[in-house]
This record gives sequence, C-alpha cells and structure tokens, in this order.
Amino acid sequence: MGERILELRGVSKFFPGIRALERVDFDLETGEIHALVGENGAGKSTLIKIITGVHQPDEGEIFWRGQKVTIPNPTVASRYQIAAVYQQPASFPHLSITENIFLGHPFLRPFSRRLDWKRMHDRARELLKSLGSDLDPITPVGTLSTAQKQIVEIAKALSINAQILIMDEPTAALTKREAEELYRIMRELKSQGTAIIFISHRFEDIYEVADRVTVLRDGKKVGTWMVKDISERDLVRAMVGREITQLFPKAWVTPGRELLRVEGLSKTGYFSNVSFTLHAGEILGVSGLVGSGRTEVAHALFGIAPADRGKIFVEGKEVTIRSPLDAIACGIGYLPEDRLQQGLFLPMSINDNITIAILDSLTRRGWLQPEREYEVSSKMLELLKIKAPSIFSLVSSLSGGNQQKVVVAKLLAARLRILILDEPTHGIDVGAKAAIHQIMSDLAQEGFGIIMISSEMPEILGMSDRILVMCEGRVSGILTREEATQEKIMEMAVNVNWAKLQKKEKVGVDYA
Amino acid sequence: MRKGGGVQIRGLRELGIIVFIIIISILVGIRNPRFLTWGNLHDMLLDTAVLSVVAVGMMFVLVTGGIDLSAESVLALTGMVAGIIIKDNPYLSPVFMLLFGLLFGGFLGAVTGLIVAKGRVLPIIATLSMMYIYRGITFIVSRGEWIDAHEMPESFKALATGRVLGFSNLIAIALGVYLLFYYFANHTRTGREIYAVGSNLEAARIIGINTDWVIWLVYTLSGALSGLGGVMWVARYASAQNDTAAGFVLTVVAACVLGGVSISGGAGTIPGVFLGAITIGIINNALPMIRVSPFWRMALQGLIILVAALVNVAVARNVERAQLRQREELRMVRHGA
Repeated sequence: MGERILELRGVSKFFPGIRALERVDFDLETGEIHALVGENGAGKSTLIKIITGVHQPDEGEIFWRGQKVTIPNPTVASRYQIAAVYQQPASFPHLSITENIFLGHPFLRPFSRRLDWKRMHDRARELLKSLGSDLDPITPVGTLSTAQKQIVEIAKALSINAQILIMDEPTAALTKREAEELYRIMRELKSQGTAIIFISHRFEDIYEVADRVTVLRDGKKVGTWMVKDISERDLVRAMVGREITQLFPKAWVTPGRELLRVEGLSKTGYFSNVSFTLHAGEILGVSGLVGSGRTEVAHALFGIAPADRGKIFVEGKEVTIRSPLDAIACGIGYLPEDRLQQGLFLPMSINDNITIAILDSLTRRGWLQPEREYEVSSKMLELLKIKAPSIFSLVSSLSGGNQQKVVVAKLLAARLRILILDEPTHGIDVGAKAAIHQIMSDLAQEGFGIIMISSEMPEILGMSDRILVMCEGRVSGILTREEATQEKIMEMAVNVNWAKLQKKEKVGVDYA
Repeated sequence: MRKGGGVQIRGLRELGIIVFIIIISILVGIRNPRFLTWGNLHDMLLDTAVLSVVAVGMMFVLVTGGIDLSAESVLALTGMVAGIIIKDNPYLSPVFMLLFGLLFGGFLGAVTGLIVAKGRVLPIIATLSMMYIYRGITFIVSRGEWIDAHEMPESFKALATGRVLGFSNLIAIALGVYLLFYYFANHTRTGREIYAVGSNLEAARIIGINTDWVIWLVYTLSGALSGLGGVMWVARYASAQNDTAAGFVLTVVAACVLGGVSISGGAGTIPGVFLGAITIGIINNALPMIRVSPFWRMALQGLIILVAALVNVAVARNVERAQLRQREELRMVRHGA
C-alpha cells in the first residue's frame, strides 16, 4: 500500500429528518481495494455521493493527496481523478461505446474542431483491450450486457486517468465468471497504483479482493479492519450489532384462518419460487437487501407487475391477479414504498384521497353522495388521529407522518383483509412511526393479515410474528419471532457461503 | 458507417426502409411504367424537398425528446414575410431570400427554444402555443391577403424552376442541407451532445454538457430550417397564403418516425430521415398513379406509419425480454454453483 490519496474527516450529512452520515472518518491509500459495507440505509451511498461531488457534506473536511479540497460537482471530482462505476451504469444507451467513454472530453482535430473519430475509436479499443475485452467500440451501449457496460464504465474511468475508482455493487448483476474477470481487472488496476472503493453485499467479493473493510451502520462508522483480520461472523455482527432501544407494540394475537397462500410464485428476471402463507391477525415481516426482489413480489401480489408462474390463494380459493383492480377485488391492499409518487394525490384534499378508491360504494344512481364521503373520511381522521385542520385540508400541507396516515386511511376505507405495507415508516419521524406501529398492531388484532416489507431491522424484529428473508430473488428462509436475531436475518440476506466459511474457520483452528 | 461512428442501431432499420422503398417502386412500376421515368422521379423529389428540409430540424428536436409543432407556422410566417418583401423589392437576389428565411425562421425558433429551455414549459405545450401565435401573426402581417404568382419576380420563381446538374434548385438545396447536417450530427462536438442530451439528460448534465443551451439550439435549428422551407415553399408554389402548410407538421413528424427517429429521444439519423421523407413522397406520388382513390390515401399512409411503429415496439420488447432471460440464467448458475 502506498500514500494516502483521499481522506474524509468528521464528515456529516443531514437530510430533512434523517442523519444520513454522522462524523464519519474514512481514508484511502493508493494501490488498495477498500470495501465499504453496511445494511440498506447505513450511509454508503451518501458517502460515495459526497466523494463524487453529487452531495455536499454539512460538516467535515475532505483531503486529496494531503491538501484540503471541496468537490462541488461531479466535473470537479473527475478533475481530482475520481470516477465511479455503478451497479446499473448511467450511460447513454443509444450511443456507441466510444462516445460513452469520450463524450465529456472528446478528441478534436486541431483546426477544424471536427471530432477525431479515428483517434477516439482507436483509444477506446486500446482501453477495452487493456481490460481484456475485445468489444467493438462502435457498438451501441444499450445492446451490451451489464458486465460489458461496467467494463465500458471502467474504460471511461481509465480515459480520465482515474486514480480513485469507486465501484458500487459492481458484481450484483454478474455471473460468477464475469465477477472473476472483474476481480482480475481490479487487481490489475490496484497493481498500477489505483485506489479502489468497493461496495458490495457479497462477502465472497470482499474476501476475494479487498485489503481493508470499513463498516457503516445508521450513518456512523463502526470501524475499519484489515480483511484478513476479521472473520465473516464478526463482520456480520459489526453490520447489525446495534442495541434495540425502540419499543414496538405488536401484541400477540393467536393466528386465525389462513388469508393468503402463495405457491411457487415466479417472475423471470426478478424472483422465483416464492411460497408462504399469511393468517388473520398476523404480521409477516419481509426482509432482504435492496435488489433482493422484495418489492417485486409485493408488486406481483398487487397486480402492478403480475407474476409469470405460480399460484395465489385468497382464503383458500385460487385467484388470478393481473391488475391492481383484481387485487382489490380479492381484498388485497398495497401501501407503496414511495408514497409521494404512488400513494397520494398531493394537490387534492384529505377527503378526496381517502375516498378515491371507494367512490363506487358512495354513489346513489350514479351520483356521488358527498355527506357519505365526509362521514367516511371524518371517521378515518379520528381513528388514525391524523393531525389536520379538517378533511378538506390539502394533503400537500401535511407532515410526512400524517401523509402516511392518509395513505393508510385510503387502504382501510376500502374494506380489505390483506394489507401489503412497503416500508411503512420510511422517512417519517419517531412519533409518527410509533403511531403507525400502533395502528398496524390494532389492525392485526382486528383480524387483518399484514405483510410488512422493511429495511429496518428493529422494526422487522419488533413488529413481525414471522419473518421471511429474501436474497437475490429467492426466499432464503422464514423465521419465527422467537428464532429471529439480527445476525440470523443478515446472514440469510447476504447469502454467506457457510460451508466455505466453516472450512476456513477449521483451518484457522488448526493453525492455532 | 464505421468512420461516422455515431448511432449504430441504424444499419438494419435503414436497410428495412430501403427494401420497402424498392418493393413499392417495383410494384407500382409494374402497374404503371410511367412511375419509374426520370421525369416522374424528379417531380417526386421536388415535391419532397421542403418536407425533407423541415424534417431535418424536427429530427434534432425529437432526438432531445421534444417536439416542434410550431414548425409549420414558422414556415408559413417566414414564407409570407418573404413574399411581402419580394413583392415590394423585386430586385432582391433569391440567395438573399433563402438566407433571410434561415435567419428569420431561426429567430422565431430561438424564441420558442428560450421558452422550452429557460421557461421550462413542456415542448408540446410551448410549441403548440407558438404554432397558433405565429399562424396568427401570419394573418396580421398579410392583412388576410395572399401573394400571387404575378406579384413575384421571375428571378425568385426560378428558385424552383431553375436547375443545377439536371436537378431542380430546390432539390439541390435539400441535398446541401442533408450533407451539411450529416457532418454536423456526426462530426462535431455539439452535434453529438444533442444525442447525449436525448439519451440521458441527467448523465449529460453530469459530464458537463450545457443542456439548456443544447435544447435551445435544436429549436433554433428547427426554426431556421422551417424558415428556409417557407421560402422554398413560396417559390415552388409561386404563392404565399395564410393557410400555407396547415397540418404539415404532422407529415414532418411522420417522415421522422418512418425514418427511425425515436419520439422518446436519443435515436435518429440524417440518412434515416432522408429515407423517411422519400417514403412519404413515394406514397403521395405512387398511390394516385396506380389509381388508389384519394379517399384511401390518407388511411393507407396512416397504416404504413402504424406498421413501422409496431415493428419498433416489437423489437424493443424482444430486447428487454432477452435481457431478463439472461439475468435469470445467470442467477440460476450462481445458485446452482
């Protein structure tokens, strides 16, 4: 390892209501591969975005080769020879590989200012070759596989002589062989002195290529270790090892009759062979990292993006769900993760939002009955303790927590039996969170069946009767409330290769 | 296209249009041999000249993901103003009038571009408004009157009747526009930045492209070429009227779509637009020659565009499905291992 090329000191970033990063120190040396790990929302992306100039830190300092710098935008970042390769590269799909590499800094002929295609194509071919790829540089990037796109992104980084290369989950969408090819390229770059920051959920990757590993949790740094000095078990513990301080009010309810049974649900490219049951009075937590297929399963159950194969039974009867309308007819409701985009009509009143899905039942001879509408929404306002001057207030004027309650009210008004809640407390303050949890508990007691997708470990552990863990489109297991621990869930979610791990530990014992 | 190095999804697509054009020509030629005579082909190209020039400007706008509905009114207004000027100043050179068309149309387009790029008004709304505004101004400046053939000097009408190397001047102008903009689209930095903006606006901004300027530029270009088309139109038909080219903009968009320009932005080539315009020209010229009723013509034209669009959708869907299948397979491999 060489000199320190990048250092972050006490960097913090606050978003409304959230501390994304809190006084994080981080350093990077030339010729090292530094892994960055943590749960969803641990602050990895925010850290990367600060380094690449997408976000500005609210506190703290950045040093580049020992000198204090500010990185106000990505263009300046590339001047400091910082480049990033993302899991799904943000490229120009219609344009050729050459153009994707050189658009920001094309070769021009000296006098005519005409683009020098020949030199650019030749240089692109050279760069690709140095990465072991014989792709034709005139190929449009939109026709490449993800692995090929990443190679193009790396070539782009090389074209600006990047000394700091950030790779955000580069192996998530790659086959084993493609991943190995990527490791080879990373080692090669490292031997030439490039410093690489490497984000990955796959422990296999980390132990394969990384020199050091930094763990973030809830926006704070847990620590930095040499990879060879920390076992996978300790790494998992570092990622999840928090004390659970919040109280969750889910009361025990004896599960009633079966409301929902899913058998072998599959959707090509998203998830496969998902099976589970849900009973009245039960909260089924669904855990998994981003990209594990959690939300896609919810979308299939609610008919937004129907599954290709598999069976869905509601109260014992097989049903076909091809659209949200079908799902609602079966008594299934969905609270979307992105409430602003998919859950609310911001410029409309609370009343209009709550009754929008049930207008049919509020009409007489085709005419709406406003009094009945007001009756329904007033009841909901009271029931869910929505803090608003009246049912005619605009939803856009409410706080995040109260907006979320309006979405829940909309679901409840529709007389459903099965509720799918996708990140129900994401981005709302602690008080509103407790209120939503109380509502969920009450609903379970009334006999609703609830599927709760959540990235927050304490919420999953505190609210769920059973926990379904997903990894890479598959169900890696279902845990009961008693069995579940943070470590077990995280292990199932990151798909640690335990067979291999145990072998490794044995070797360690032998040496000892 | 190796040395051009621009957008590569063309190839196949343009080959498809060429094959279509050849098949139609042969079929029509068998039914009516007069179709394939030099005289008729020249007439057809002459009829297509204005369409093809305006379509180049439209292509750049479509490539950024916008649309310029005001093109037809810019054409009419520029044509009318040019007609008034030439009527009062018959000694003016026709070349000067063409330059005037470019500049005046460019100015009208620049106003529209400012509204879209800086005013952040949706392109379809901004250009719809400007379509009505410029059409209205056409009526105002002409006081509702039109300019006839006998009010125009012979030198000006010679723009359409005169020939260079056996081609009408108008065809030569159109070819010149195509050569110039082929170079612009493929060999200049700005030309390629237009494609980048349409392919991924956010990424374009991140690599330091002045996206507002690029968007302003394409509307200015579209205006300039529509203005040029206006002067060509007035010379060709030897009259400037208030309702000139009403509804013409949709034909222009149709030519672009047939030529493989993506309405959602990012894709579109100069050769493609050329072939698209020619295809429209052939449909308009050939259908009457094989005595297809004019009542059927429009419907047939629509049908052909629809088929082209359906083929596009089918291709896109197949690509997506193949990608998903690939992803699934690699997951199977990983889990199996």
